[in-house]
Amino acid sequence: MEYFPILFAITFLPLLGVLIILGISGEKEIVERNARNAALLTTVATFLFSMVLWFSFDKNTAGFQFVEEAEWLGSGIKYKMGVDGISVLFVLLTTFIMPICILCGWNTIKSRVKEYMIAFLLLECFMIGVFCSLDLVLFYVFFEAGLIPMFFIIGVWGGDNRVYAAYKLFLYTLLGSVLMLVAMLYMYGQAGTTDIPTLMQYSFEPHAQIWLFLAFFASFAVKMPMWPVHTWLPDAHVQAPTAGSVILAGILLKMGGYGFLRFSLPMFPVASEELAWLIYSLSCIAIIYTSLVALRQTDMKKLIAYSSVAHMGFVTLGIFAFNVQGIEGAIIVMLAHGFVASALFLCVGVIYDRLHTRDIDRYGGLVNIMPRYAFVFMFFTMASVGLPGTGNFVGEILVLIGIFKVSSWVAFFALFGVILSAAYMLYLYRRVVFGELIKEDLKNMLDMDRREIFIFAPLVILTLWMGIYPATFMDFMHVSVENLVVQHEVSMATYHATIEIVAGN
Amino acid sequence: MYQAIVFLPLIAALIAGLFGSRIGNRSAQVVTCGALIISAFLSWIAFFQVAWNPGDHSTHVQVLSWIVSGDFNVNWAFQIDTLTVVMLVVVNTVSCLVHIYSVGYMNRDPHISRFMSYLSLFTFAMLMLVTSDNFVQMFFGWEGVGLASYLLIGFWYKKPTACAAAIKAFVVNRVGDFGFALGIFAIFMTFGSADFSVVFSDVGAYTDKVIHFLGMDLDLLTTICILLFIGAMGKSAQLGLHTWLPDAMEGPTPVSALIHAATMVTAGVFMVARCSPLFEFAPFALEIVCIVGASTAFFAATVGMSQFDIKRVIAYSTCSQLGYMFFALGVGAYGAAIFHLFTHAFFKALLFLGSGSVIHACSDEQDMRKMGGLRKKIPMTFLMMTIGTLALTGFPFLAGYYSKDMIIEAAFAAHSSVGSYAFGLGIVAALMTSFYSWRLMFMTFFGNSRASKKVQKNIHESPKVMLIPLYVLAVGAVFAGFIFSDHFIGTQYEEFWAGSLFLVGENIMEAAHHVPGWVIASPFIAMVLGLVIAWYFYIKEPSMPGKFISTFRLAYELSFNKWYFDELYDILFVRPAMKLGYFLWKRGDEDTIDRYGPDGVSASVVRVAEKFRNLQTGYLYHYAFAMLIGLSAFVSWFVLGDK
Repeated sequence: MEYFPILFAITFLPLLGVLIILGISGEKEIVERNARNAALLTTVATFLFSMVLWFSFDKNTAGFQFVEEAEWLGSGIKYKMGVDGISVLFVLLTTFIMPICILCGWNTIKSRVKEYMIAFLLLECFMIGVFCSLDLVLFYVFFEAGLIPMFFIIGVWGGDNRVYAAYKLFLYTLLGSVLMLVAMLYMYGQAGTTDIPTLMQYSFEPHAQIWLFLAFFASFAVKMPMWPVHTWLPDAHVQAPTAGSVILAGILLKMGGYGFLRFSLPMFPVASEELAWLIYSLSCIAIIYTSLVALRQTDMKKLIAYSSVAHMGFVTLGIFAFNVQGIEGAIIVMLAHGFVASALFLCVGVIYDRLHTRDIDRYGGLVNIMPRYAFVFMFFTMASVGLPGTGNFVGEILVLIGIFKVSSWVAFFALFGVILSAAYMLYLYRRVVFGELIKEDLKNMLDMDRREIFIFAPLVILTLWMGIYPATFMDFMHVSVENLVVQHEVSMATYHATIEIVAGN
Repeated sequence: MYQAIVFLPLIAALIAGLFGSRIGNRSAQVVTCGALIISAFLSWIAFFQVAWNPGDHSTHVQVLSWIVSGDFNVNWAFQIDTLTVVMLVVVNTVSCLVHIYSVGYMNRDPHISRFMSYLSLFTFAMLMLVTSDNFVQMFFGWEGVGLASYLLIGFWYKKPTACAAAIKAFVVNRVGDFGFALGIFAIFMTFGSADFSVVFSDVGAYTDKVIHFLGMDLDLLTTICILLFIGAMGKSAQLGLHTWLPDAMEGPTPVSALIHAATMVTAGVFMVARCSPLFEFAPFALEIVCIVGASTAFFAATVGMSQFDIKRVIAYSTCSQLGYMFFALGVGAYGAAIFHLFTHAFFKALLFLGSGSVIHACSDEQDMRKMGGLRKKIPMTFLMMTIGTLALTGFPFLAGYYSKDMIIEAAFAAHSSVGSYAFGLGIVAALMTSFYSWRLMFMTFFGNSRASKKVQKNIHESPKVMLIPLYVLAVGAVFAGFIFSDHFIGTQYEEFWAGSLFLVGENIMEAAHHVPGWVIASPFIAMVLGLVIAWYFYIKEPSMPGKFISTFRLAYELSFNKWYFDELYDILFVRPAMKLGYFLWKRGDEDTIDRYGPDGVSASVVRVAEKFRNLQTGYLYHYAFAMLIGLSAFVSWFVLGDK
């Protein structure tokens, strides 16, 4: 081996943690404490390992780096891993969010702690696997496997209506994955390989591309989620424990966007262009529709879940703008949303842990006794609204610039989301935090403790960092995105040339 | 030096905000006031360095790169020219005085350090706005001041009205930003850059070009300018997007003086002046600016005449004066607009802080119907308010006389239909300005006291720390016009502005100096007339207002209810949005998507699964797990078998 297989290490280190936790036995309390510590240590270690990518990633090449290959199932299906400028940041996002997840369930999860930690570690392994896979089958396995721990997290540690939510999640995702599976089989039949970099160069029949695109779209649209296959998300969020919501909003939603960037755009360029109108319409509807719905929510988590759908609308718009600003903006929106939506769900978690309700009407006037909390919540409210100086602004403005080049109408409709987001977020904030502190059961609530501040601090710093000096993050992606856009333009030019030849004959 | 001017307030805001509870209120006040005093002092140095020396002294300061993506490239950078330093002086001087004033005004508030921190944060955002060298950083400042304004309007978060006003201000401004953002995108798409230097130097090449926008083919520069102006309308509370400003008076009075009179609301005026190279090539857009400005000047004045809340009267007055600035811009009198911005900052801040002193004296009472006869009890405040009123109404040789009269004369000198429209409304508005200003003075300071006994006993003059800022502003309100008129709008125009305001044709202010005598006299006559009517209504014949109201019921109702804008918007936008949201949620998501989607499918599945659940909890999950494992196995097998 030429060098240390870093991606292998990052991906499967959480599994080692699982083994360790499985090995723990003894009294209940000791087991739980050790399970917590083991999970935290594992995720922190994984994060530290992933820092290797941060420091030694070569920002001047568009190719895949840290590539590892090994025979796996035979007949061309390999274990192949690698990252490029598009995926590396998602890997880092995952390893960064994980310790926060573990910490936020530290005291609140009291039943089946061992299993809870195992579920999260498994999830981490699968999610990193998704972002690193360079083989279709490997990708598919990780992509689908991720559903299992999530299903458990909601179904076992969720709220009152968890079974319904878990089922909804399962049904939607199943529909998508079946179609994607069929498409993958077809691709294998056509191209004779499951190697992703090779498939990215392969040009499928324009006609077939449409069907392939739609099949993948079914899967990614559910994961994003796009309107009208978004209704699993509010339920899943509402029922999931806080850490589950954080993972869901922070990372799982990004798989759809990542999928579009890794598969749809490079492999089916013609279909992407042909069906862009579909994406634009669905995204614009999503942005306006879900923002309006968010305005009327009475459940905090549901409100933020709907706002996530609206934000993901920006992501799909950016990706299908087919230009550098749009795509880079989409990636930044995803990363920023990863921090900010996670933080907002954590904010809900903070007060949920104290009062055990997510009902907005049960709160009011929290600023009087929880000034630190009020500050943090305000910060992330403003970030979610896309205030300049936060990462969300950088992402949104790039997406909008990118899409404006394509169509002023789309930008026009998308901008409604900017107005409405201000309305529903500030309305939420006002009802929860501002006002007189009247309700009796709120009067004994304690402000955030040290553990909670420790959780939020890095999120605040990163959100600001990304807003003020985004170059640190964007330098990773420039070359890869540039390459993606150029490749796309080349494919389209070839396609149009072919059409002209056919028409000429 | 420029870095210090801009970043000192930020540093102070961070110290006061994050460590306020640890270092104590007094230290927070010292830190923020100290930073602002230094900043203001440096601003005046910069002002004399840049604007007072002949020749081009504009400098460019690069701080940090910001967003780089493909050919989109913006920096954190300052562009310092005469226009910038004028704004620096206005912002920092008023801000510094308001900081000091707040030490006295807020001394009984439990959240002093938070308040000081917000004020400094606002100042920082405003400075970023005026020093920006590109549209995106300007947008940063633009939204930043919006944030600070939101925080400060809602500062007394226990009052539901304050919270509602804060949200309203933010959201209405967002509507304006909608246009601003589209304008920025169009600019980038056209010029390939968002830097002022690039855009303004290339603009000549884009006249008569067409942009395909929202399905229409429109004139490129006109479209861009109108979009930008929509942003300006939001921030500067122009007709249609003005509804937030009166409500913003829910905030503490120093905030009203700083943000909602002297600085933030003038950002729109500044933006149009900064973009004069664009607007000059879009004459139609300038006409729109002119019409909107003049209409606002008139509309706000009509409303101001019938309000009873002392702060709301001044708020409508601000709205009206901003209208003057805009129609000055619209006829190409950029210098006059900025000059009025400059003088207005002094006398309007003076009026607001003065009214703060009145409110302070009357135990936080804001209703003028419960004041009266305060002249003898708070003489210094009375004197300062009188100076402010005289300056506002354009009393000869005070600040407003130079700037406002110039605007009216320029509108006349434009000799265009929109110019005449603006001129006509400008004169009428001047009359009304004088009327409502003196009405305010008479109701507050003259006659017999209408306050309750308890309040009367407590009436006291404000402490020194509040009065000294008033004195300084009064000096500005008296002398700012006289001293600076030559430079801003007179003979030194060219040298002073040194190209920071752009003009295509003739300088309109040249023509404005040579208008007929009756034009020069008319604002003065309007002012005197307004004063006399107010005197007659509120001193000589106090029964007059009642008679007048019963005679002109309709006109009064219209004015008193602010032309029903709030009610109209509520019916048109707020309620439909709420209803639609509920409809989409219940009928759309739940009754349609869920019913025919997952619920329909799962209904059968769940029925089956329910039976198993009785047997063993958790069976469901095993089932799902098995299903996925099976699926994966299936894939592997299929792919392998295919070979």
